[in-house]
Amino acid sequence: MQKSLHIDPGKCTGCLQCEMACSYEHTGVINPSKSRIKVFDFEHEGRKVPYTCTQCSEAWCMQSCPVDAIVLDPATGAKVVKEATCVGCKVCTISCPFGTINYMADVGKVQKCDLCGGDPECAKACPTGAITYIDASWTGLDRMRAWAAKANTAAAA
Amino acid sequence: MSWNRKILRVNLTAGTCTPEPLNMEWANDYLGSRGLGTKYLTEEIDPKVDPLSPENKMIMATGPLTGTMASTGGRYTVITKGPLTGAIACSNSGGFFGAEMKFAGWDMIIFEGKSPKPVYLYVENEKAELRDAAHLWGTTCWHTEETIKAELQDPLVRVSSIGRSGENQVLFSCIVNDLHRAAGRSGVGAVMGSKNLKAVALRGTQGVSGVKDFPAFLKAANAAKQVLKDNAVTGQGLPKYGTQVLMNVINEVGALPTRNHRDVQFEEAGKISAEAMHEKRPTDGKAHLITNAACFGCTIACGRISQLDKGHFTVQNKPEYWGASGGLEYESAWSLGASNGVGDLEALQYANMLCNEDGFDPITFGATVSAVMELYELGILTKEQIGIEAPFGSAKALAYLAEITAQGIGFGKEVGLGSKRLTAKYGRPDLSMSVKGLEFPAYDGRGIQGIGLNYATSNRGACHVRGYTVASEVLGIPVKTDPLATEGKPGLVKAFQDATTIFDSAGVCLFTSFAWSVADVQPQVQAACEGDWSMEKMAIVGERIWNMERQFNLAAGFTAKDDNLPPRLTTEPAKTGPAKGRVNELGKMLPEYYEVRGWTPEGVPTAETLARLGL
Repeated sequence: MQKSLHIDPGKCTGCLQCEMACSYEHTGVINPSKSRIKVFDFEHEGRKVPYTCTQCSEAWCMQSCPVDAIVLDPATGAKVVKEATCVGCKVCTISCPFGTINYMADVGKVQKCDLCGGDPECAKACPTGAITYIDASWTGLDRMRAWAAKANTAAAA
Repeated sequence: MSWNRKILRVNLTAGTCTPEPLNMEWANDYLGSRGLGTKYLTEEIDPKVDPLSPENKMIMATGPLTGTMASTGGRYTVITKGPLTGAIACSNSGGFFGAEMKFAGWDMIIFEGKSPKPVYLYVENEKAELRDAAHLWGTTCWHTEETIKAELQDPLVRVSSIGRSGENQVLFSCIVNDLHRAAGRSGVGAVMGSKNLKAVALRGTQGVSGVKDFPAFLKAANAAKQVLKDNAVTGQGLPKYGTQVLMNVINEVGALPTRNHRDVQFEEAGKISAEAMHEKRPTDGKAHLITNAACFGCTIACGRISQLDKGHFTVQNKPEYWGASGGLEYESAWSLGASNGVGDLEALQYANMLCNEDGFDPITFGATVSAVMELYELGILTKEQIGIEAPFGSAKALAYLAEITAQGIGFGKEVGLGSKRLTAKYGRPDLSMSVKGLEFPAYDGRGIQGIGLNYATSNRGACHVRGYTVASEVLGIPVKTDPLATEGKPGLVKAFQDATTIFDSAGVCLFTSFAWSVADVQPQVQAACEGDWSMEKMAIVGERIWNMERQFNLAAGFTAKDDNLPPRLTTEPAKTGPAKGRVNELGKMLPEYYEVRGWTPEGVPTAETLARLGL
């Protein structure tokens, strides 16, 4: 089964455990500034929203890369940056409509979410279930269930 | 060790920023944050120094778990000699600032001297420089934080700052970070203001790389997170209700100080409780509470984010206060509310927002207003002096006093002195509900005997987060003790005080201790830090830190006479509730406390105790 990250901002408390876990997994250092998932705090509205790559099927970043440095991981569906190939031209950062692929000035390459090879650390680190890793074909299942629960049927005896 | 092994020394007089290696021998003896920062301070300043003089220093310190994945590992501590008390001041704060200091490569920043003009410190990793803050002087914490982010074109920078109250030397000024988190008590913001230091802005992109054994650390941190999740208080109560979960509980046990401690139960407690914050207002159909929020790394998320009723008299024509903002937490709901007999939730949040905006401690502010209201009711202070009629229960007076204290105008300047100086000025020092000049927090020592002893002996004056025996005496954590009993309380107080220093010095939040004991912190520290961090060593380090603080206070001129409570607590019996007829029996508990501490009957650590603790 292919899975995808699923984000429910209503459950996010803004603790940044996801950013720490992501950065540690990819760099070996606890360093939110290197995280591929970012939590945004709309402080005057009281909303916190985690945001990362949705792994588009027809990924703009992958299509636009002139050196084919972004490739599909068939096992996970992730679009993965091959660092050795990336030349740091940043065309992908321009083409991505969501801003989720970014240039790292210190290494001269781009980085984006790679789903940690199929076991995303951010989802494991999230204490509230705001970030989950679920069946890519049924990301609406919980919401459907919630609405289904409201159906006006007689309860079983 | 998860230290950067590097501190930044900022000489404000000379305008220099100099890196220094962290003294690892001291780190090994005092752990970090509160303990290690206090070690540096006590080595570097004369205990008799005027707190607001250039000779005082101010230290911002992280702990070894700050900036790690340990739950709540985002805290930092401000250590200085406090202007409100003249005692050691040590105030810690959550938010995101502490972790950012660690990510920028520093463990600690020491500020010394006094800048000739207003400046702020900007740190971007190893780069550190003082920048002009003339344009920020005279403005609020919120304005300062927003302006610095805008000027740097960097929304990710983390800022700690003082508001106008810190500049005006309001003696209970805070240092506010991340808009509504504060190093809140003892007036640390006034020290910062006395140094012409407006703000500290940090940006760190280096991260924490020195965790000794990361797999072991992750295992310990995850196990400890599970303990928090499975615990009813940290797993359910605090996320849903925040610390405000306590309002009705403490009122029930008859220990909710009301009307300047005249009463111990507040008839309108329900109206200012956690439950009330969840209810929809009849006026606009919205609940006061919008959501809960976490500080850095926190898996509890007790923080409250609320929204005022736009039609409320306090904010009717002030849209700048209509957005979401931090509060109310239990302490401020009590100090602004029950302590003043005010049951108007919206007015409390408005006053709380002013405290955050201009950086002053809502506990001391609220308690000082309580003293003002009592003086008003006694006819000692008049409407003309105060500027408004100020009987207990007046939400209008509360809002007005918050405004003039924030702005530092009129009678607000007198409120800014705190209750001890204000009541003394009007000939009634007995009406200051304080110890060593620091006002009581939200638990009455008559209904909860042990907390009274903790207040009397706490190294920074009346403070609940130095030895929170309420956990045991009311909530049954880790074991239930009778709140009205005095037997066994000296030992209980000592145990809580010593354990608390470990939480504070590790860089985690004390609120974890509703579920964690030192035994849950220890494996995380042991995995993160080199050297021996056994339970035995933790016990010694905790007690060592407490005694080091005590020695500083003794050298500053405090004596056993200062380990006291106001006469109201020891001579005026509680009027209602389970503690009806009781006073705090400090006299029974204090000698035994000195004994279990290994101190002389005069409250001085014996040579044997000092030797045992390596002091």
